Amino acid sequence: MGLSGIIIILVFSVVGLLGPWFAPYQPMERQYDETGGLKRLNPPSSEHWLGTTLYGRDILSQVIVGTRSAFLVGLLTATFVAIIGLNVGLISGYYGGWVDNLLMRLTDIVGSVPILPFAIVALSVLTRNIWWIIGVMSILYWTTTARVIRSQVLSLRERPFVDAARLSGTNDLRLLYKHIAPNVLPQAFVHGAFAVSWAITTEASIAFLGFGDPYSISWGTIIYDVFTSMVMYRAWWWFLPPGICIMLVVMSFYFVGRAYEEVADPRLRGL
Amino acid sequence: MRRYLVNRLGLAALTVLFLASVMFILFRMLPGDPTMTVLSPALDREVQEELRRKFGLDRPLIEQYVIYMKSTLLGDFGVSFQHRVSAVTVIAERLWNTLALMVPSLVLAYLIGVLVGAYIAWKRGTKLEEVVTVGAMAFRSGPIFWVAMLFVFAFSVKVPLFPSGHMRTPGYVAEGILATFFSLDFLLHLTLPMTCMAIYYGCYPLLIMRTSMLEVLGEDFIDLAKAKGLSELKVVFKHAMRASLLPIATSVSLLGAYSVAGSVLVEMVFSWPGLGRLMVTAVLDSDYPVAQGAFLLIGVLVILGNLLADLLYGALDPRVRYR
Repeated sequence: MGLSGIIIILVFSVVGLLGPWFAPYQPMERQYDETGGLKRLNPPSSEHWLGTTLYGRDILSQVIVGTRSAFLVGLLTATFVAIIGLNVGLISGYYGGWVDNLLMRLTDIVGSVPILPFAIVALSVLTRNIWWIIGVMSILYWTTTARVIRSQVLSLRERPFVDAARLSGTNDLRLLYKHIAPNVLPQAFVHGAFAVSWAITTEASIAFLGFGDPYSISWGTIIYDVFTSMVMYRAWWWFLPPGICIMLVVMSFYFVGRAYEEVADPRLRGL
Repeated sequence: MRRYLVNRLGLAALTVLFLASVMFILFRMLPGDPTMTVLSPALDREVQEELRRKFGLDRPLIEQYVIYMKSTLLGDFGVSFQHRVSAVTVIAERLWNTLALMVPSLVLAYLIGVLVGAYIAWKRGTKLEEVVTVGAMAFRSGPIFWVAMLFVFAFSVKVPLFPSGHMRTPGYVAEGILATFFSLDFLLHLTLPMTCMAIYYGCYPLLIMRTSMLEVLGEDFIDLAKAKGLSELKVVFKHAMRASLLPIATSVSLLGAYSVAGSVLVEMVFSWPGLGRLMVTAVLDSDYPVAQGAFLLIGVLVILGNLLADLLYGALDPRVRYR
């Protein structure tokens, strides 16, 4: 399961990295046929493997270019989420007391904010660009990671190696980051993998509602174009590919996360 | 249990205040005249002046904040720019539409998820189990709006079984609650979005139930039940399932928040006149009073949902009660 996930991710990464060089056409370029007419809504053909959009643009190229955006958004958001969640969890779990209380209350409150509505409102106030989208998503999604890391730290704190390190004179900060952190990293990685899945889906949702970055092409913006053009149900070749791509990539990151979880948490083995 | 409840209520209240404050900050950050969020430029001068005084827009920011919080807590969000009636009126009618869609969908989702999950855990190792499990994982990986579009495509366009959108056929006039929510027309329109949401969100409890059941089925008391000669059905559905329900209860609050986002998307795809769609269109039309009100209401719904889920969990898990 994890293996198939990795394979799919690798395939998509290659497409994402090298794709734009191999894409047959410019994604935003209108295609004209021999008679000079605009190639609107062409079904898949040998020249355009996935057909064309209502505005005469090649869909395959758009999907290829969208891969890059998906990976960028997914991986960056996951990184931020992991960093924030890891640190909050570490500090909260290790220090306990009022720090823990405060951070946990903060986690509860931030976790209660409904992400999609908030993203919509926030993005219309700020600018709709890809960096803000990543930022808004990261600011709201770290809560589960933080909670899980915290409970792990709570149990790790009681282990003998911590006492040993303390006895040898290690100060708290060093102890936290050099000794405890490496032990919780696997969990952070697992949640990072899930975060990539979530981020790609959420970015697509934001784009679908019309709040995506107008200057970048992502699978979500392709589906937005389909939906707003109102011809979606005639042109199945337009809305199927981006959705399938999202599904495959999200699924593979989920599999990778699950597979790693099995490795990281021995209790889950055998299921 | 009392302490737990009070704790949860307090946190819920705090979160609502936090949401309202965030809204205030966000809207004051809008470029241009901050009065834009409250006054529509289309109103007469006198009305503008009066509203300006009422909301204290010429006073310092702190006073504005206090006035804003007071009016929000009282449910007064101002006058909708687009609809020319109070924002609350517009929002209130949509609320019922959303609930009429979401509640049956979620109930159905849990029913499907729990029952199917339990069944396939029982059938562990068979082809059926593999297919359903991977299928469920794949299904929930696709973005819900895309899955919804697939549903419309399959069941409304290619095979014209169901209407492809809206809550009722144009021209249909509904008299009162009964006609609005229990008529055949409504049910016909409800089927597709509800089924779509139910299957999509059902995958989550399905997978949880399966994992949980697999653990429970390995335990001793199941062997005892089998040894006693109880029928397979009884063992699975009466004994094993009850023991596996706790993780499901925990997942309810997670699913609640998740499905609120989903309902916004589903409402857009199906043009369902609900709260989510109202919020999106309000933001796109710069109808700030409605956008603010809708957002807060959605937030409150999520918080209430979480609260209920926490209460449910507290009732189910004795460890919480006696802490």
